[in-house]
Amino acid sequence: MSTPTPSGRRVVITGIGVVAPGSMGREGFWEMITAGRTATRRITFFDPSRFRSQVAAEVDFDGRKLGLTAHEVHRNDRFVQMAMVAADEAVADSGLTFGAGGADDAPDPDRVGVTLGSAVGATMRLENEYVAVSDAGKHWLVDPRYATRFLHQALVPSCGATELAVRFGAHGPATVVSTGCTSGIDAVGYGAQLIEDGDADVVIAGASDAPISPISMACFDTIRATTANNADPEHASKPFDARRDGFVMGEGAAVLVLEELDHARQRGAEVYCEVSGYANRCNAFHMTGLRPDGIEMAEAIGLALDQGRIDPDEVGYVNAHGSGTKQNDRHETAAVKRSLGPTAQQVSMSSIKSMVGHSLGAIGSIEIAATALAVKRGVVPPTANYGVPDPECDLDYVPNTAREQKVDVALSVGSGFGGFQSAIVLASPTRRSA
Amino acid sequence: MTGLLVTGIGVVAPTGVGVEAHWSSLVRGEPAIRPIEGFDTDQYGVTLAGQIRDFDPKAFVAPQLMVQTDRWTWTSLAAATLAAQDAGYEAPEDAYATSVFLAAGSGGNEFSQHEIQGLWAKGPKSVGAYQSIAWFYAASTGQLSIRDGYKGPSGVVVSEGAGGLDSIGWARRVARRGTPAVLVGGTEAGVTPYALLCQATSGRLSTATRPEDAYKPFDHRANGHVIGEGGAILLLEEPGAARARGARQVWGEVAGYGATHDAHHHEDPAPDATQYARAIRLSLADAGVTPDEVDLVLADGAGVPELDALELEALQRVFGGRATPVPVTAPSSWTGRLMAGGSALNVATALLAIRDGIVPGTAHLDDPVDAPGVDLVQQNRVQDVGTVVVLARGFGGFNSSLVLRRHQEEQAA
Repeated sequence: MSTPTPSGRRVVITGIGVVAPGSMGREGFWEMITAGRTATRRITFFDPSRFRSQVAAEVDFDGRKLGLTAHEVHRNDRFVQMAMVAADEAVADSGLTFGAGGADDAPDPDRVGVTLGSAVGATMRLENEYVAVSDAGKHWLVDPRYATRFLHQALVPSCGATELAVRFGAHGPATVVSTGCTSGIDAVGYGAQLIEDGDADVVIAGASDAPISPISMACFDTIRATTANNADPEHASKPFDARRDGFVMGEGAAVLVLEELDHARQRGAEVYCEVSGYANRCNAFHMTGLRPDGIEMAEAIGLALDQGRIDPDEVGYVNAHGSGTKQNDRHETAAVKRSLGPTAQQVSMSSIKSMVGHSLGAIGSIEIAATALAVKRGVVPPTANYGVPDPECDLDYVPNTAREQKVDVALSVGSGFGGFQSAIVLASPTRRSA
Repeated sequence: MTGLLVTGIGVVAPTGVGVEAHWSSLVRGEPAIRPIEGFDTDQYGVTLAGQIRDFDPKAFVAPQLMVQTDRWTWTSLAAATLAAQDAGYEAPEDAYATSVFLAAGSGGNEFSQHEIQGLWAKGPKSVGAYQSIAWFYAASTGQLSIRDGYKGPSGVVVSEGAGGLDSIGWARRVARRGTPAVLVGGTEAGVTPYALLCQATSGRLSTATRPEDAYKPFDHRANGHVIGEGGAILLLEEPGAARARGARQVWGEVAGYGATHDAHHHEDPAPDATQYARAIRLSLADAGVTPDEVDLVLADGAGVPELDALELEALQRVFGGRATPVPVTAPSSWTGRLMAGGSALNVATALLAIRDGIVPGTAHLDDPVDAPGVDLVQQNRVQDVGTVVVLARGFGGFNSSLVLRRHQEEQAA
């Protein structure tokens, strides 16, 4: 049932921007994850002592210091601010100029789109404001006198796409994609589809989430999805390790500049990789539970490879969802075995959530950024904190130390509440002549 | 090439539950905007909304699922059930052959307010096990795919009021890539204390206390809009697949779609309707339809004078060269603006207009603004409707346009 790109238009990544915990920008992020350093720590944003999980990967983020105006900071939730900063870096990296007065090879603003993923949008601002208008939960009938002016934007996360469109004068299709924890893959996948279908030549695509707030921590506490390893925050995220006990909440953003291949070539742009395939599927099973067989994720992986006309044995690196919950890592290991066959035994597979935590929707784009850098630079980031093998997770998880490895084709996969399973395939531009 | 076919419609809206209840309420001009029920609105300065009456969630949602979900998801599940029933659609053996691609605007408002309230009043342990799956914007899509066993590529788009049309735009991409059936549209449930307060900060809500004074798009006395809840979910099918399963009806065909962004936000709005007009032109070009061939436009109808003026400017730019002015109506005036659900509901209304040759008038349009080149429909009108343009705008600069066409049975070759 797979249909390769109908139009033959191909999509490449020409710019990357990252706001990740424990680092500064794309290069800081890459240095950190290839060094195997972790950014998880005891929560500092609020007193976590009454919470089951007291660990998170926080970003030391100051929008003003990173180029945002006071107005931009004032009207936007943290998730939007992080998206704006990541987008600035991605656009600068691409060498594209936008808007009036741009260079001769500036893209037509009507042909520039925006797809921003976010699982929980402005949840932090919504909660902070709620505390004020309800007087810390005392009143169900909240008091408008204590509300700020920008709550409509907080309620509806499409404000994030608006800010990016405004920032770059993009008049093409714009949207926020909110498929929970696969939002960051789906936003990039949809962005690529906009280009394939001829509706845009350039898409600013990425994802952002800032969920380290009491309500988000509390809601994952009650279902024991997050770690209770509060004694050792720096080593709390243990994907694929037998001692793993849940994910570590994270935050951050990554934005990519997606560009139609010929558009990129004509301006002599540096290309990180091609987006060769993307697919998503639902497991139609359970909002939070995963069947151990991984069938639907395997289906998504297979379709994404088909779209790029890529054989499973060409895959050299799998950037795993690897959240560090018991069920996810088992599910995902099964899905990779099912979809890649014998190649699964040789493929390098790692989870950067061991270092930067799980930033819900944002992490999909942060992981795509890591995967694109791995393809471009020939280095595979490791799974940190890996020590005790789990018989049910028996693949090569690149334990603790980055690996120099030429990667022609890489997969990045994600799985999320709601049953969503997504896979995206990135390929080196030198993989085939075109 | 024939576009996707609409083979089923499910409506859960202030106008009624079910497509016929909605249409009959609309055509009879029954007031669906009324004083807000369920909580005291004294301090909000906003007292009216379009709330769904006569909706019994238990008729659609199992008790154990009800406690895990917000009213928003109940309305989505109900609308999806009604759409599948209307289409006579049963999940095919290939679970991957059906997708769910809904628009969301504001998530599970009441559920979430309750949990945050408990968290701050009583502490983290008061937060229940379902907050993590009830509030987030993908909750209804996920629950629907699980309940009905749909495993196809699914998604959730957020572009505020434009979302209902944008979900159809994305469904076409899904269909192009091989999935023959997609559930689209969406619902909202934001008539709750905190969500109302949030929406009021847009500065666009009418504070009038009588429905006839409150939401009056294109009227000289336009003074903002009224919010509402609900929406519509529609089943789109690839023509070959619809034929192969013997679909019992075709409401119409999705002929064209276009979307643009103003690249302006609401603090610094677009100075003119360039991008809005471009979205309409893109959809017409996509459909291969000229402005002269359009029988009816369902407008966004913001009800804010400056936004109404921009919409009329866009319409004039596209349709101003016609020999006869294009008929334009704004059915949201009857229900309030349902955010993402509203544009989905307008798609349903457009298809009903095609079926019956009736154009519902715009509510409370007593004193229309000057609108050269545009025929603002004040009263219901009987006319043939073969091609309709549905417009929607999302807060923050989103412009979307959809072209629907009466389905012509293909002649045997």
